[in-house]
Amino acid sequence: MLQITNLHANVGDKPILKGLTLSLNAGEIHAIMGPNGAGKSTLGYVLSGRPGYEVTEGEITFNGQDLLGLEPHERAAAGLFLGFQYPVEIPGVSNVQFLREALNAQRKNRGEAPLSGAEFLKVAREQAGALGMDMDMLKRPVNVGFSGGEKKRNEMVQMGIINPAIAILDETDSGLDIDALRIVGDGINRIMRKPDKAVLLITHYQRLLDYVKPDFVHVLDGGRITRSGGPELALELERDGYKELAA
Amino acid sequence: MNEDMDIKDKAAWDAADRVADYEHGWSSDIETDFAPKGLTEDTVRFISAKKNEPEWMLEWRLKAFASWKTMTPPDWAKLNVQPIDYQDAYYYAEPKAKPKLGSLDEVDPEILRIYEKLGIPIAEQEVLAGVEGARRVAVDAVFDSVSVATTFRAELERAGVIFRSISEAIKEYPELVKKWLGKIVPMHDNYFATLNCAVFSDGTFVYIPEGVRCPMELSTYFRINAENTGQFERTLIIADKDSYVSYLEGCTAPMRDENQLHAAVVELVALDDAEIKYSTVQNWYPGDAEGKGGIYNFVTKRALCQGKNSKVSWTQVETGSAVTWKYPSCVLNGENSVGEFYSVAVTNNYQQADTGTKMIHNGKGSRSTIVSKGISAGHSNNTYRGLVRVAPNAEGVRNFTQCDSLLLGSLSGAHTVPYIEVRNPSAQIEHEATTSKISDDQMFYAMARGLNAEEAVTLIVNGFAKEVLQQLPMEFAVEAQKLLGISLEGSVG
Ligand SMILES: Nc1ncnc2c1ncn2[C@@H]1O[C@H](COP(=O)(O)OP(=O)(O)OP(=O)(O)O)[C@@H](O)[C@H]1O
Ligand SMILES: [Mg+2]
Repeated sequence: MLQITNLHANVGDKPILKGLTLSLNAGEIHAIMGPNGAGKSTLGYVLSGRPGYEVTEGEITFNGQDLLGLEPHERAAAGLFLGFQYPVEIPGVSNVQFLREALNAQRKNRGEAPLSGAEFLKVAREQAGALGMDMDMLKRPVNVGFSGGEKKRNEMVQMGIINPAIAILDETDSGLDIDALRIVGDGINRIMRKPDKAVLLITHYQRLLDYVKPDFVHVLDGGRITRSGGPELALELERDGYKELAA
Repeated sequence: MNEDMDIKDKAAWDAADRVADYEHGWSSDIETDFAPKGLTEDTVRFISAKKNEPEWMLEWRLKAFASWKTMTPPDWAKLNVQPIDYQDAYYYAEPKAKPKLGSLDEVDPEILRIYEKLGIPIAEQEVLAGVEGARRVAVDAVFDSVSVATTFRAELERAGVIFRSISEAIKEYPELVKKWLGKIVPMHDNYFATLNCAVFSDGTFVYIPEGVRCPMELSTYFRINAENTGQFERTLIIADKDSYVSYLEGCTAPMRDENQLHAAVVELVALDDAEIKYSTVQNWYPGDAEGKGGIYNFVTKRALCQGKNSKVSWTQVETGSAVTWKYPSCVLNGENSVGEFYSVAVTNNYQQADTGTKMIHNGKGSRSTIVSKGISAGHSNNTYRGLVRVAPNAEGVRNFTQCDSLLLGSLSGAHTVPYIEVRNPSAQIEHEATTSKISDDQMFYAMARGLNAEEAVTLIVNGFAKEVLQQLPMEFAVEAQKLLGISLEGSVG
């Protein structure tokens, strides 16, 4: 489904990703772990086409299509979703308005009819409800004044509404309290664990993986995948840390 | 660096392409009767005669014209304006198939078609055929120099509301007109106001009698169609004691390479306990991406809050015109009177706007609120200029001013020039100002959710302007939101 081959990418003039190869098939959940500054968020940005993140070598295909030729909004329309490590505030724009416009822009891009206000609200209400977020929050400006955990939960509500084919979730678990972690974990399973979908889960801790069982775990270090394995690799990392692994 | 330049070049090219589709940039083939080109005493007489005006009106005009000849244009605004050749323009243009006022059937179908194209519902039956419970808006449509239709007149008359073109009002209600015309904006107020007194062509007159809440929104749509024509409309709204009216003003003009002058005067007066809500969406042609052409918009708008507890609220969305020079103001004479000014001004390419308000607090306990949102893109310049003045014996005055500027790109300018003159120590004056840019983070976040660059900018800008947009009546708010997007096209890169 997503095929990353020998990816090299710069941020500004600085090389961050240095020959990263990774392949996700439909129905799979992959976890990526790695030390601070390894390039995990950079990978998420490169996948979703953030300006300023320049691919110098390698390729990315998504369902056989060259992803690098697409603008960020076209990648979104193609079914790619990035859950942000630091969700962004947009003052004066309500969550509802933001998501409805975003979703309808995606639908338009795909040649689908827009959702009416009522149709959209129905979906939004369902998803917010499933993630334990009340409607008042959906009416508030995007992420403005949200707590850290609320922002992360909001990312998942957005994912539920947009219903993407592939999600890159960048530390969605950090900042969540114990109950929220479970709710978000359940949400990821409910929305994304489908035979035609895939997830790239960026995380520092095993605790999210207790809820969302990965099929594969990779270590990203120094801009490349240094080790891959099954769920047991995460436990090993938690026990020994990255230093031990590198040694 | 290089890439940056490329992006900017591309933005400029894109903008050039897009300006070709200024939404209302077509002109129409209406046969037009012009006054002879140029501006002399004869021009003034010609206009007055065309309108069959009474003698007092002609004298008033001539007096203004004589003064105007001795005046010089103001130069204090942060505007760079080419000198205007007042002799090289027409001061009066009238559609030839002269419509009988008040009867839509007799309006040139071509004109009706134009208004239809502009999306302005001047045909009453269409409005009436609309959805049950839909809000109705009475419209006065001014085409070049002449008012072509005033709708819903009968229904308004039953409520005692007078809604007329100013030309008609001069003849039908001379006492009311004489009582207030030039009393809020004096004849010699400023260069452009004086010029307007001499050559004003048409405009709207509204009178709401004591105790009446106007049963529908009133609106005027102005359109400049003829080439080389100035538009000088004049609006006078009188809200008698304990009355209420909401008035909407919209404007468009076709694309022309020459600059066209628009110098309007709007006078409002609110007596005891009366309220006027005045909303403007100004979308005159802004010129092309290189700054060629466009409307020079020099407008004097002032409200007299004469009565106790009277209230006037100005809301404006200014996206058009090459140059905007405009300060809708409130003279708060009444005790506990209230003045409000909510403004969004967008400038793109080479547009220039110098706009703001004056709140003159003469009445005890008078209060004012100013919320100004300036958005500058391209090479444009956007200035907020505002005055808050408190007279020595005005006790307990309060003002709150919020001025926010949003910059797109690095070549545009935003300026805030607040003047505060307080001569009474009991006054509470608050002023807040911010300047910000649309962040890369916001842009990318919106794009990662599926919006393209322009949709993302439009969304973020609408969020920035929300406090003002939500002051607009619903129909206008939707139109204004779209306009913000359209006027910023080509500004992202
Ligand atoms: N604009 C930039 N200019 C220069 N260096 C940058 C820029 N943005 C990111 N970097 C660097 O790129 C490297 C990778 O950053 P990235 O955010 O991808 O790390 P990460 O693996 O997500 O770390 P964390 O676990 O702390 O979130 C870091 O060393 C960071 O400082
Ligand atoms: Mg990170």
